Amino acid sequence: MLLTISTNRFPATDLGYMLHKHPAKWQSVSVKNGDAHIFYTEATDTCCTCALLLDIDPVALVRGDAGAAAPDAFALEQYVNDRPYVSASLMSTAIAKAFSSALNGKCKDKPELVNEPLPLTITLAVVPVKGGKELLENLFVPLGYQVEATQHMLDEQFPVWGQSRYFTVTLTHAAVTLQTMLAHLYVLIPVMDNDKHYWVNSEEVQKLLDKGTGWLEQHPMKQLIVRRYLKHQTALMSNALDQLLQEEQAATAAETEGVVPEEVPKVRLHDVRLQTVCDRLLALGVGTVLDMGCGEGKLLKLLMKHAQFTRIAGADVSVRSLQIAADKLKTDRMPERQRNRLTLLQSSVTYRDRRLDGFEAVVLVEVIEHLEESRLDTLQKNIFGSMAPARVLITTPNKEWNRRFTEDDTVMRHSDHRFEWTRAQFAAWCAGICETYGYTCSVEPLGQEEAQYGAPTQLAVFTQQPQN
Amino acid sequence: MKIQIPELSLVILAGASGSGKSSFARQWFSPTEIVSSDACRGIVSNNENSMDASADAFDLLYFIVGKRLKRGLLTVVDATNIRPEDRKRLVQLAREYYVMPVALVLNMPVQVCMERNRQRADRNLPPHVILNHCTQLKRGLGRLRLEGFKKVLEWKTPEQVDALTGVERVPLWNNRTADSGPFDIIGDIHGCYEELCQLLESLGHTVDKAACRVVVQQGRRLLFLGDLVDRGPDSPSVLRMVMQAVQEGMALCVPGNHDMKLLKWLQGKNVQLQHGLEVTAAQLEGITPEWKTRLMSFLDGLISHYVLDHGKLVVAHAGLKENMQGRGAGAVREFCLYGETTGETDEFGLPVRYNWAAEYRGKAMVVYGHTPVPECEWLNNTIDIDTGCVFGGKLTALRYPEKELVSVPALQTYVQPKRPFLYPAALEGSLQQQQDALPDLETLTGKQLIQTRLMQNITVREGNSAAALEVMSRFAVDPRWLIYLPPTMSPAETSPLPDYLEHPEEAWRYFSEQGVQKVICQEKHMGSRAVVIVCRSNEVVKKRFGITTPGIGICYTRTGRKFFNDDVTEQAFLLRIQQVLTNRGFWEEFSTDWVCMDAELMPWNAKAQVLLQQQYAATGAAARNGLAQAVAALQQATAVPGIPGLLSAYTERHAMAEKFTAAYGRYCREVKTLDDYQLAPFHLLATAGNTWFNQTHEWHMNTIARYCGGENNPMIATSWILADLADENSRNAATAWWMGLTAAGGEGMVVKPEQYVTQGAKGLVQPALKIRGTEYLRIIYGPEYTHAAHLSRLKKRGLQAKRSLALREFALGVEALESFVAGQPLRHVHAAVFGVLALESEAVDPRL
Repeated sequence: MLLTISTNRFPATDLGYMLHKHPAKWQSVSVKNGDAHIFYTEATDTCCTCALLLDIDPVALVRGDAGAAAPDAFALEQYVNDRPYVSASLMSTAIAKAFSSALNGKCKDKPELVNEPLPLTITLAVVPVKGGKELLENLFVPLGYQVEATQHMLDEQFPVWGQSRYFTVTLTHAAVTLQTMLAHLYVLIPVMDNDKHYWVNSEEVQKLLDKGTGWLEQHPMKQLIVRRYLKHQTALMSNALDQLLQEEQAATAAETEGVVPEEVPKVRLHDVRLQTVCDRLLALGVGTVLDMGCGEGKLLKLLMKHAQFTRIAGADVSVRSLQIAADKLKTDRMPERQRNRLTLLQSSVTYRDRRLDGFEAVVLVEVIEHLEESRLDTLQKNIFGSMAPARVLITTPNKEWNRRFTEDDTVMRHSDHRFEWTRAQFAAWCAGICETYGYTCSVEPLGQEEAQYGAPTQLAVFTQQPQN
Repeated sequence: MKIQIPELSLVILAGASGSGKSSFARQWFSPTEIVSSDACRGIVSNNENSMDASADAFDLLYFIVGKRLKRGLLTVVDATNIRPEDRKRLVQLAREYYVMPVALVLNMPVQVCMERNRQRADRNLPPHVILNHCTQLKRGLGRLRLEGFKKVLEWKTPEQVDALTGVERVPLWNNRTADSGPFDIIGDIHGCYEELCQLLESLGHTVDKAACRVVVQQGRRLLFLGDLVDRGPDSPSVLRMVMQAVQEGMALCVPGNHDMKLLKWLQGKNVQLQHGLEVTAAQLEGITPEWKTRLMSFLDGLISHYVLDHGKLVVAHAGLKENMQGRGAGAVREFCLYGETTGETDEFGLPVRYNWAAEYRGKAMVVYGHTPVPECEWLNNTIDIDTGCVFGGKLTALRYPEKELVSVPALQTYVQPKRPFLYPAALEGSLQQQQDALPDLETLTGKQLIQTRLMQNITVREGNSAAALEVMSRFAVDPRWLIYLPPTMSPAETSPLPDYLEHPEEAWRYFSEQGVQKVICQEKHMGSRAVVIVCRSNEVVKKRFGITTPGIGICYTRTGRKFFNDDVTEQAFLLRIQQVLTNRGFWEEFSTDWVCMDAELMPWNAKAQVLLQQQYAATGAAARNGLAQAVAALQQATAVPGIPGLLSAYTERHAMAEKFTAAYGRYCREVKTLDDYQLAPFHLLATAGNTWFNQTHEWHMNTIARYCGGENNPMIATSWILADLADENSRNAATAWWMGLTAAGGEGMVVKPEQYVTQGAKGLVQPALKIRGTEYLRIIYGPEYTHAAHLSRLKKRGLQAKRSLALREFALGVEALESFVAGQPLRHVHAAVFGVLALESEAVDPRL
């Protein structure tokens, strides 16, 4: 909520001209949901410090449209909020508003000062930083700053809770123009926080390019800065990255003839999994398939390409995922014959759902580990006892493979995994199903196998035994 | 002249254009009962005469007829229906819904039809068409009964039509809904006369065995489920006794397949003397002709099934599906006698019975026999009470409405059954529990209307039930544990007092306006709401809840999630509670082996640690440090005009940030061992066979207090006082009590009407209102909410949505628990609990 800018360049009070703010006065500009006050805590020839202090109305912040657009507008967290107290994206907009002339390189009374590098010291209180002191240094040291940062504890009463993500940051630069320094802050304040109070649109790309001119192109953390500044909007990101790369490529092409080898895109494990499942279904001669826990419909998309699958259904417990699946599969623009092959519906593996009966194969790709182990009985009863399709394909992580990246036995690959099984555990579970529900089953590795740990994923293919 | 038609029938009017069908329909039936092909033509094509729309119009007509018949409504089809093929589809529909098709034929002279047709302004059919109509109609008239019509009435002249003075609707024989019993319903007897006499006596009736006469206890009635005869030692005496009781009005009887076969044999039809009929035939050797006649007329007069007690009870020999109850088609009678088979045969060569009861979802209790079972078990509100007496089992009666089973053992095994029916009871719990292990989605998704005893028709919107399905599937505990979810609680109206958002005065006012004079004020603990179920042993968990995993109970949050992340801690915690309950005689006091309590679990951070650190502590840290540095900066600038004013504002803000940190800190405590958890129960919700909603809150508090405190006991008592709202001193004392609680850092209090469930003039009264303390509210409304400028805006808050939600959730929670203790199928319990979760996804200001 507080930014101070100090210089000891003689006469230090020139800072007032450069910032277009009189050192003896208190001035305010209005920003979204409040004001920003500008005043000087010190104004002598040897040292001059200007303060920019945010005065955000916490009630208006919540009631304003900034909050209304949020999907969790009815979460209590929204009302207890650090935003009025931090130097984050609101501070960036306050800088742009309070010091717009300086940021744009204008100084009415002493224009010669604009391009003069100055010794500057900046303090920011308090900055939410995602990435800690290391990030602060990675962001500012390449730009020539000396970084001092004090991290605040979450609550002194409860030392075990540890540190908060809030820092009081002091940045010192021996010689930087005021305009450049303000541009650095303007871009990097929201980057430190990794959040913004407003919706990011394509104008932001232009702002980033404007304010980043002359320093962002060379910054070693360029990728992260762009990603965070654009709030992880991939479409915008590539747009911005492309534009940045254009400039960079133009610059580097002139310098060197070196060719950067194109990185071969790594085939993702999940894609391998889905392709394997699809291939198996094709080979098994299955005509109708139900994908339980279809998520965003990646497997459905693969299946739709094969005319062998005359009826395909995707069921998921998440309505949101199903909407994304419908969007990705473009169900609204599908030709009627194609659309009639596909059904998307909300359902759950722990509830009997008669709409899901009658498929030749039921597929559960990375689903069971999202259930509590104690609920698997219900899942078995549902899939193998009630739906009882001719084939069931189930994939789940192989816990042993985790040893490749961790020694910790409790670590799981996804925060929502309730369990991960070794090969022996999975095989035992499958055998139990076969005995109870009259299936046979083969369990096989899926993905790159390691001699000691096996493959990352395991696939079980169940086949219903003919009765009697 | 009057005519009679069954009260539930599909009436098909047949006649040429101009024969007067529409006028006839309007005269004798209400407009909503008439489905006219002309009207359907108009709906689908804007033109009632548009013949090219006929196919679509009839599709619509059949659709409407189908819907009406499904709902059990008499329906009249106003169309020419002159050709057999026109009528065929309608007869099919009547069969599909087990409704009687009735044909009313207006076979008017051609001249009459032509004359009327000429006079019509809107339609003028050529004369040859009318002639054609009349000819076609006449051609098919003789075969109407063969087409399937149970009743055919014909009028040949306008004069005959005019002579009609009434259409009387005759109730079906099976309709005895006004008859409420109480009944003693007796299963398959199969000639076991001795056992029948013993059973009747043990039911309290007086039996004259030699005279085959029973005098039924005053006020009660007998209800025989058929299969009186065959296989057993004395079918004639059983018949005599039952006939006598039925004729004297002391009993009702529905037929069994064996009884009907006996009738056929008596009628001299060709039946094979096997499956026990040969035994009965031998026993009936030499009966008098008049007794034979009486017997035949008795058997012939038996009605396939009865719908009794305002539709709450249905009895039939082999049971009856919901869509057949109260209907009168041949297929219904077949089902009543034989049930339904899958078409397969089992290893004993007997037909595999289709288990209709597993899919039964009807409201009526169905009591039936036909299939011998070792023990009677409830399944979806149905029960088979044929316990195979003749096969050496027992003869069983069900008392209705008490639902009490009374049996006498067979004196001997009279016949060896083809299929052993005394197989050992299933290991996996009861039939109902086996079915409950996999609840059906059908009654949960989409828009739902849930009936509760406290509130009519609670609507759950589709989007909300979808959200509930996701939460339930991903996070909630096994539905068999989820017998209750607590309702949300509304605060009192916003206080008009300057420094308060909430104040007791508004609670006093609300309850006074609702006509509640006495309230209880309970300290509101600041922890997390928890529902705790503790059983006396792991076997009880299996028996009562059908859950086979180890453990003695569960502790879950108000959204149905497990409270403890690891089972070991959870079970150790529950074990402590169990030991206290055992040591202090809880199980004996309540004659129970399990208990469900509504409670607050402390400390707050035990469950809310992530929220606390990421949101509360973080906001506090940002506010305190940010504001402290702002104050420091302003202090250096006090010479600048205006800055001192700003300084004092920021100093005040900083102080509020410190208060905020102190406010949440009060409810946090490091949790290292089990000793650090505290449970404050405030409702004793349910024990075996009972809910305790009928007790006052004072009773709950006093009862619970006896099990609170002491060594190794996580349960702590909650402080409370009573307030008489008519007495100013009492009110003031309660207000002062609240002031004291909140001044000491307490969250506040909950005010409840004296009675757990209170109906006021405008319906259900809020079961509780919370009055939260000023400092506590800082956690909810933000560090600086007490600033006058903020508070005045925050006071503009609407409570209507929250209040309505609280009542609906309360009604659903009560419904769930009442259903559970009444032993109803899980789907009733789960639908209500699911409803609470769905309603919780409604958008309501979370600060309330």
